[in-house]
Amino acid sequence: MANKSVFGDVRVGLLQYPGSNCDADCLDVFARYLDISLIPIWHTEHALPKLDALILPGGFSYGDYLRAGALAGHAKITPSIREFAKAGGSVIGICNGFQILTEMGLLPGTLLKNASGRFICRQVHLNVAEGASLYSKALSSSGSLTMPIAHGEGRYFIDDDGLERLRGEGQVAFRYSDENGELSDQTNPNGSIDHIAGIVSTNGRVLGMMPHPERAVDTLIGGSQDGLSILKTFLQSAQ
Amino acid sequence: MQLEVVVSLKPEVLDTEGRAIQSTMHRLGFESLESVSVSKRFILEFDEADELAFQKAEKLAKEHLSNPVSETYLVRKLS
Amino acid sequence: MSSETSTLQCSPSSLPKLSPLIDTSSQDQFAELLKSHKISTGEYQVILEILGRTPTMSELGVFSAMWSEHCSYKSSKVHLKTLPTTGPDVVVGPGENAGVVRLSGKLCVAFKMESHNHPSYIEPYQGAATGVGGILRDVFCMGARPIANLNSLRFGQRSHPRTNYLLDRVVKGIGDYGNCVGIPTVAGQVAFHPSYNGNCLVNAMTVGLIHEDQIFKGYASGVGNLVVYVGSATGRDGIHGATMASDSFSSTDEGSRTTVQVGDPFAEKLLLEATLDMLEKGLVLGLQDMGAAGLTSSSFEMADRAGSGLLLDLDKVPVRAKNMTAYELLLSESQERMLLCVEPHKWDELKAALCKWELPFAIIGEVTDTGRVQIVYQGELEADVPVGPLASKAPEYKRPIKPTPSVAQSQDALLDLERLIEKTGVEQVLMQALVHSGDKKPVYDQYDHHIGVKTVRGPEDGGAAVLKITSDDADPVDDRLGLSVSVSCNERYCGVNPRLGAAHAVLKSARAIAAMGAKPLAVTDCLNYGNPEIPEVMAQISEGIEGIGEACIALSTPVVSGNVSLYNQTGNESILPTPMIGMVGRHKAVDRAPRAVFSAKAGPVAVLRPKSKSGGNWSYAYGGSLAAYLLEAESAQLNIPAIDWASENEAISFLETLISDYNPVACRDVGEGGLLTSLVKMCLAEGCGFEGKLSFENDVPAVRQYLAEAGPMYIIQFASEADFEAALQSASKLSHLELSRAGEAIKEPKCLVDGLEIDLAKLKPLYENALLV
Repeated sequence: MANKSVFGDVRVGLLQYPGSNCDADCLDVFARYLDISLIPIWHTEHALPKLDALILPGGFSYGDYLRAGALAGHAKITPSIREFAKAGGSVIGICNGFQILTEMGLLPGTLLKNASGRFICRQVHLNVAEGASLYSKALSSSGSLTMPIAHGEGRYFIDDDGLERLRGEGQVAFRYSDENGELSDQTNPNGSIDHIAGIVSTNGRVLGMMPHPERAVDTLIGGSQDGLSILKTFLQSAQ
Repeated sequence: MQLEVVVSLKPEVLDTEGRAIQSTMHRLGFESLESVSVSKRFILEFDEADELAFQKAEKLAKEHLSNPVSETYLVRKLS
Repeated sequence: MSSETSTLQCSPSSLPKLSPLIDTSSQDQFAELLKSHKISTGEYQVILEILGRTPTMSELGVFSAMWSEHCSYKSSKVHLKTLPTTGPDVVVGPGENAGVVRLSGKLCVAFKMESHNHPSYIEPYQGAATGVGGILRDVFCMGARPIANLNSLRFGQRSHPRTNYLLDRVVKGIGDYGNCVGIPTVAGQVAFHPSYNGNCLVNAMTVGLIHEDQIFKGYASGVGNLVVYVGSATGRDGIHGATMASDSFSSTDEGSRTTVQVGDPFAEKLLLEATLDMLEKGLVLGLQDMGAAGLTSSSFEMADRAGSGLLLDLDKVPVRAKNMTAYELLLSESQERMLLCVEPHKWDELKAALCKWELPFAIIGEVTDTGRVQIVYQGELEADVPVGPLASKAPEYKRPIKPTPSVAQSQDALLDLERLIEKTGVEQVLMQALVHSGDKKPVYDQYDHHIGVKTVRGPEDGGAAVLKITSDDADPVDDRLGLSVSVSCNERYCGVNPRLGAAHAVLKSARAIAAMGAKPLAVTDCLNYGNPEIPEVMAQISEGIEGIGEACIALSTPVVSGNVSLYNQTGNESILPTPMIGMVGRHKAVDRAPRAVFSAKAGPVAVLRPKSKSGGNWSYAYGGSLAAYLLEAESAQLNIPAIDWASENEAISFLETLISDYNPVACRDVGEGGLLTSLVKMCLAEGCGFEGKLSFENDVPAVRQYLAEAGPMYIIQFASEADFEAALQSASKLSHLELSRAGEAIKEPKCLVDGLEIDLAKLKPLYENALLV
C-alpha cells in the first residue's frame, strides 16, 4: 500500500464464500478510500489470522440456496468466527453477511423474503437508533443516513419476546426512515419488523445491516458518503 | 429409505408468497380461495441399511433444513 | 465428479466401428427425419459430399445444429458481410465470442448482445435467465470481467392475456440471474406492440473490461493437449434449442416446455471466477463456452479456429440424467458449461483452481491433427466429421428479396393526423404517451444497478448508463474516465422504412450516449426479424443491415459483434423488424455526466436543435410516431424523420465539450412522442414543472413542434444563467445547430407552454403506475 492509513496498522479480514460478490467492492473501496488492504479469507480456512476486525460482505453465497446465508453458516471457518466474536472482536455483516450472521446465531432474528416478494434496489434513508450511537456522529444535519439497498430477502423478523429484548438491550442499530429520520410503513421497503435495517449483538461489537455502506462512499457514484462514515466509525471502534 | 421433510413458516410469520398467490388466484376467479401458504418439501433418500435414518432426518430438519426463528418442520416416512 | 485418466481408450488410428447410419430406406420417414432436423434436401446433399457417406444419427444432429439459422447465420451472412467492422479503436471484430474496443491506454471493453426470444416465450423466467447467462459467458470467456448488463425487451400489447405474465416472469428471470452473479443491470428498454403478441423479444447485452494483451480466444491447438469439460453436469435441457431458436411457433407449442434450459446463476458465478482465475494464471490454451448446440458447437468452433482436430469420449462427460444417448449428449444445452484446451503439464495446477471453485470437471478428449472431430461413446464411433468443410460448406443463402415500397409522403395524411390530435387534445395525447411508455421503475427496481460501485448514471433516468472506470490499465492521463452504454430500437420506424429505421436505432443509441457527454465508439447488434423465406421479410433484413451500415459509417461506430434471431413469427405473421443496437461510448469527464431529469432549483432550460430554416434535410415527421400509433392513425403515407448526419455528428461532438465545460444539470435527447413528451418526462421524476415555450419555428404549427418527431434535438438544463449564456456563445459557432432558450423548471407541477396549462400532478401517478403488473 502506497499510503499510510489514518487507522494505522489495523488488520481487517474479509470473508469470501463461493458466491460472495461484494467482496470485490469492499477490497476496492477500503483500498482507495481508506488506504487499508483487507485480508481476504477463503471459507475453507480453519482459523482466522490475527485480526482487529472482520467483514462479511454481501452477495449470494451458495446462491442463497436453502435460505440466504444458511449454507455459508456451516463453512469450515465458522467456529473461528464464533471465537473471534466471543472474544469481543469487531464484526460487520453487510446484506448477505448479515444473513450469514443470523444463521450462525451471532445475531438474533432472521431475514425473510421482502414483503413485496420482489428484489428491491434503491436508495433508502436510515434512522440511527440506540444500538448505533457510535454512528450518530456520522449523521448529516438532516437526521438520517442515505445509502442503497439491493436484496430479495431483507425482511427482518424476530418473535415478540426477541423484539422486546432487542429494544430493551438497545440492540437496534438502524431503522428505515424518511430523509428526516421519521419512521413509517411507507419508508419501510421490505416489511421488516419495527422497520429494522440493522442490529448489533449484546456486546455491541457485531453489527449486521442490510444496506450497503460500501456503495455510499462517493457522492458521484452512491449519491452520498454516509457509507464511508459508517465504515470509518466501524474501524475506529475496532482499534 | 425415503423420508419426507416439510418446512413451513410459523403461523405468526407473514407468508408473502402465499399472500401474493392467493390474491392473484382470487382475481382469476377463485373467489372462494381464502388463503394459500407455501412450504418447502425435501425428500431424503437414505441407505436402506441405516436404521437411524428417521432420527437423522429429524436432526437434519431441526438443525439445517429449517430455521427455528421463523420455520417449523414435519418429518415422515414415505413408503 | 472428476475424471483422472488423461489418456483416452482409443486414438485416431484405432477408432471403434462407426455407429449405425440413418435409415434412408423409407422415403416418407426419411423426409420426416430431415424436416424435423430442419435440413433441406440441398443441404443433405452437401452433407453426403462432406462425409463421403450417409451420416449417423449423431452426425445428422451435429449438422442440424451447426447449420441452423441461429448458429450458421445462413440467411443473413451474405448481408452481414457488408457491415463496417474495423476502426482505429477496434481490437477484436466479429467472429469471436465478443467484440473488443479500446477504451483508454491498454484498457479495453468487450461486449456483445444476444437474443433468447423463443425460449422466453415458452418459459419466460428460465428463457430470460439463461439468456443472461449465455451472454455473460461469451464475454468472460474472452478473459473480460463483466461490469454491466443491459437488456431490451419487447412484449405484445398490454391488454393481451399473456403480456403481463411474460413481463413479470422475464424481468424476474433477468433480475434473479444477473443479481446472483453480481453484475449490475444498468440500462435497457421495455416496450409493447401488438406485433409481438405471439413472439416476445428478450435481448441481453453484457459489457466487460479487459487488458488489450490478455484477450483470450477459443483455440484447441497442440496435438496431445487435453480437452476438458468444466461446469454443471449435462442433462436433457434444450435439446434442439438451436433449431428451436430458428423455429416459429404454432398452436401446439405449449408442450415444448421440456426443451427449455434451466439456469443456475450460482454455478455461473463459480465458473466466472474460475475462468478469470485460470486465464490470469495462464493455465489454459483455449476456452469456449457451451452455448447454443452445446458440446457440438464449442468443440467444432475450437477446432476450426485452430485448424486442428479433436477426439472426444462422451463416456467421460459428467451427466445428471440417466441413459443419455450420444445424440443427446452432443446437443444438450445444459447451462453453465465450458470446454477448455490445456497442456498436460499444466493440468494439476488447473485442477487445483477448479477444485477451489468446487466445479465439476472431466478430461473428455484430446487435440489431434486429423482436421476432424471424432466422437466415441459406449464402444462406437458416433461422429467423424471434417471440421473445415462443415464450416466452409455451411449453407449461405441469398434469399429472394421483395424491396419495401418507399413511402409516398402525403400532406393530406399529415394534416388529417394533426386535425385528429387537435380534436383529441394535446394533453390527452400526452397522457396516453406517458402511460404507453410508462415509468420503468417497477422493472429496474428488481435489478441490482449499484453493485460494482461504478454506476454514475443508472436506469433511473431512462437514458444511457454511465460508469466510472478506475483501472491501472487505462492511460493515467484519463483520470476522469467513464464508460457509457445504451441499447435502443424504434420498431415502428423500422416497420415504415426498414433501412432508415435501422439507421435510427444506431442513431438513437448514439444520441443517448452523447446526451451523457460521452463519445460513441462501437456497436453490437441483435437483429430480430420474421421469416427470411418470405421475400418481404428478407428485404427488411437486408435493408436493415444496409441502414445499420450507413449509420455506423456516418457515426464512425463499427459493428464489432452481434447476433441474428429470425423466424420470429406466429403463423404467417412476422414481427415488426426490430434491429436492437447496443452501443458503448467513452467518457473523459465522468464527474460531469448530467442527469436526464430537471431540478427545480437550477437554471434555464434550452433546446439544442437544427437551425431554423425552411426545407432543409430534416423536418418534423409523423411516420412511425407515437402520436400516430396512439391515435390509431398510422399511415403508409407518412414518412419517418429523415437523418442529417452532419447535424447529428455536430451535436454529438458539441455536447461532449458543452457537458465537460459547462456541467449542465440535465441533458436528454428527444425521443418518441416528440419534444413535449420528453420534456414532461424530465419534470415528472422530481415532481417539478416547466414554464416557457416549445415552439421555435414560426411557420410550423405548434402541435407539430410538440408531438411530431425530428432531430437532432436535446433538452438541456443549465446550472445557472451565466452557464447558459456562455454555452450560447459557444453554440453560435455551430454550422447546423442552434441553442434556443426554452424556459425554466418551476416548483409547481404544471407544464405552462405557449398558453397550454398541463397538470403534471395528475399525470405523475398515471406514469408511475403504468408498468405495474
